Amino acid sequence: MTATQKDTAAAIAANRFGLGARPGELAVIGADSTKWLLRQLKGAPPVLKGEGLKPSAETLAKVIELRKEVQAERREKKKDAGDEQDKVVTALKLPAVYRPVYIDEVYARFSHSVSTDRPFLERLTQFWTNHFAVSVDKIAVLGIAGAMEREAIRPHVTGHFQDLLLAVEKHPAMLLYLDNPASIGPNSKAARFVGKRGNGRKVGINENLAREILELHTLGVDGGYSQADVTTFAQAISGWSIGGQDNGRRLAKLGVDNGTPGEFLFREVFHEPGAKKVLGKSYGDNGVRQGETILRDLAMRRETARHISTKLARHFIADDPPKAAVDRITRAWLDSKAHLPTVYEALVESPEAWEQPLAKFKTPADYIYSSYRALGIPLREKRRALQPFESLGQRNLMPGSPAGWPDASADWDGSSALLKRIAWADVVAQRMGDSRNARDLAPQLLGATLTDDTAKAIARAESGSQALTLLMASPEFMRR
Amino acid sequence: MKNPLSRRAFLETSLFAGASTLMASRLAFASAPTDARFVFVLLRGALDGLSAVPPVGDPDYAGLRGQIALAKTGEGAALPLEGPFALHPSLTFLHKSYAAKELAVLHAVASPYRERSHFDAQNVLESGDLRPHGSTSGWMNRALTALPAGKSPEAGVALGANVPLAMRGPAEVASWSPTKVAALDDATLARITDLYARDPLLSRRLADALESDAIANEAQAAATAEDGEAPMMNTVVERDAKEKRGYNARYAETARAAAGFLKRDDGPRVAMFDTTGWDTHANEGGAQGQLALRLRGLDAALAALKDSLGPVWRNTVVLVATEFGRTAAINGTRGTDHGTGAAAFLLGGAVAGGRVLADWPGLSRANLLDARDLKPTRDLRTVMKGVLRDHLAVPEGALDSKVFPDSAAARPMDGLIRG
Repeated sequence: MTATQKDTAAAIAANRFGLGARPGELAVIGADSTKWLLRQLKGAPPVLKGEGLKPSAETLAKVIELRKEVQAERREKKKDAGDEQDKVVTALKLPAVYRPVYIDEVYARFSHSVSTDRPFLERLTQFWTNHFAVSVDKIAVLGIAGAMEREAIRPHVTGHFQDLLLAVEKHPAMLLYLDNPASIGPNSKAARFVGKRGNGRKVGINENLAREILELHTLGVDGGYSQADVTTFAQAISGWSIGGQDNGRRLAKLGVDNGTPGEFLFREVFHEPGAKKVLGKSYGDNGVRQGETILRDLAMRRETARHISTKLARHFIADDPPKAAVDRITRAWLDSKAHLPTVYEALVESPEAWEQPLAKFKTPADYIYSSYRALGIPLREKRRALQPFESLGQRNLMPGSPAGWPDASADWDGSSALLKRIAWADVVAQRMGDSRNARDLAPQLLGATLTDDTAKAIARAESGSQALTLLMASPEFMRR
Repeated sequence: MKNPLSRRAFLETSLFAGASTLMASRLAFASAPTDARFVFVLLRGALDGLSAVPPVGDPDYAGLRGQIALAKTGEGAALPLEGPFALHPSLTFLHKSYAAKELAVLHAVASPYRERSHFDAQNVLESGDLRPHGSTSGWMNRALTALPAGKSPEAGVALGANVPLAMRGPAEVASWSPTKVAALDDATLARITDLYARDPLLSRRLADALESDAIANEAQAAATAEDGEAPMMNTVVERDAKEKRGYNARYAETARAAAGFLKRDDGPRVAMFDTTGWDTHANEGGAQGQLALRLRGLDAALAALKDSLGPVWRNTVVLVATEFGRTAAINGTRGTDHGTGAAAFLLGGAVAGGRVLADWPGLSRANLLDARDLKPTRDLRTVMKGVLRDHLAVPEGALDSKVFPDSAAARPMDGLIRG
């Protein structure tokens, strides 16, 4: 490391690898930035605390109950509208159940992000949440997307990728988001049963989850799989479902287990029987283990290692990730059998990560977190506290697609996006008024990345709050 | 900022050294080289073309579509077009536009992309390249730089906080979406402008933001001053206004904002906005339901665009397109999976409409692509190139190489624009 690099290293560690420096954080980091980062990976990941947090199964069970009530109400009125109508009525009632849960979840996450002293670990957690994106614009996951992060992602962030992968793909939020619970093999017992009743209802495979696992979660779009691999893999995970759901009721006649409401359930009667060939390898039919085995194999594939290493390097090093770093991280992945701390270590020990300060343009969430951490802004009442995410264009857990939020400057640096950021910074600065001194804060937050221009502009500001606006609007605070 | 016009005045008279040159946004032009307006509406998530433009007369349609098939007659029937084709019953404004010869319906179209990833497909559709991630700029932006008359490139505007790939590139493009917080004062703004002096990206972005904000505020002020009440709307817009909530209302609002930019003499000539929520894997619905609701929102947004553009509509072409179509048959969850051949719309006063432009491959199993998708019979780039050449006067040489790389074989479609 050159002398200049040593100077900027603490700022890079706090602002790019972390969630933005808090006053005093650069001093804590000191001379050994790598050590500060790796230390955060030691010990169990923190458990998110907050009012109102509950298991996803509990929330889902409530929704299943709700649907039963709707059905009972209809039967009482002797309407013959049927199943579809019940689903619509239930869907209309869902937000009332789900919205408060969603708010509790994202508030707890926000609160943790602005206060944690293991910000690298939290950034990694949210990297994975975005990698395995479920988006709450699909109402069915609004109340359980936050729980998925707590239940499936946080416990495995410092474990092995294959465990993380399995936990996520079996989580009810992911299953619902990508339409797997009612995916039924064409030769399954359920399909044959429906066929015999002969009412013309068609059942079959839904390939959404299988495709996104291959394309987004593991191999990557250039990972060498075919449409046939997608279809066969979808058949292998047919039956990966959720307990207590209505479609089990009809099957009760077959003497089928309907599982625990709201928890993962392998519905054997939905499962397409037989051996499946995926990516040239044959997998015997051993029920739920068939899909699990395929997932474990996917986790170890070179394409998966490369795909995710590239994403990590893009997130932590530069929009256009340097090849040497990607190679190094990929190798660590394969050599360690996807042991994530080893992978992270290869990332932070890549010299490329320290060569170019401010290489990343902050996303709105980065900008909000780092502002809160920088100024120690007190969190307001829950709904109001979450408002900035909406006005700056990055609603919590709502990337809008299973690909998650994009991760390059061009995706976030639009002129309107910049103006919104500045306008928000100004409102925050006015609220904080003279309670924070921008001139003292600037070097504490930006370290050696603070430019003379910004320092001068802050020093010459006509008021304390204007100085804070200038600090938050400065080119070096817009980036990480 | 109290007065919407004062920010603009500030741009022109900034006292800060260097600010006035840095603030020279290239968004607005005293005299633009063309009167033609072009709007691209991108439907992200893969619109089901077989529901939006159902081929109700195709013998295989009803069988493939099962519970979500649209009826030819009776309640919730599709709205008839020519041949086997019809429009989804939600698309009442489009149906009127078809009758008024302002809508050309395209079917069985596709970009050069043949896999089934949304994200790569959108990348190809937006970049205009042959392969995903082949380019970091978009075809609309490169078309702007190829306009004949401009000494400096003609500008465009993207409705949204950020600029989508189709509009990224060397030509100046601003993004605009309403910024609610308006407390920022001129003095602070001037200091930030100064602070960005050595940062080319941020200084350019800030200048564009202030300029487009001023334009949008002026348009809004003018609209309010003009008539005090909402202009005459067709029934679809009225219905949507009553539903003032959710995405549907927001899309109509976006369309009106786009019109506010486009109708100015000195404003941008090209605009783009995108909509999401078309990925109907489960419970897609037929005449009613999830997709029907989205289509109603799209229809209302397009109606709002026409309404707000006023006389400028005569010179306008709107392309509505999606990254790919969906499977011909429904899946096991009453939805449809990722497919290939799609439907698209060309709408506007300048369109030679009242036609369905489709070389229909048919839906029999033997005619489906990979035995599952509507087979594409027309390259969507031929449509884009036809519009760019005949409407915006982009030279054909530039279209073949610069705007759509290696696309000489995809000849621009003739006769899309009213002569």
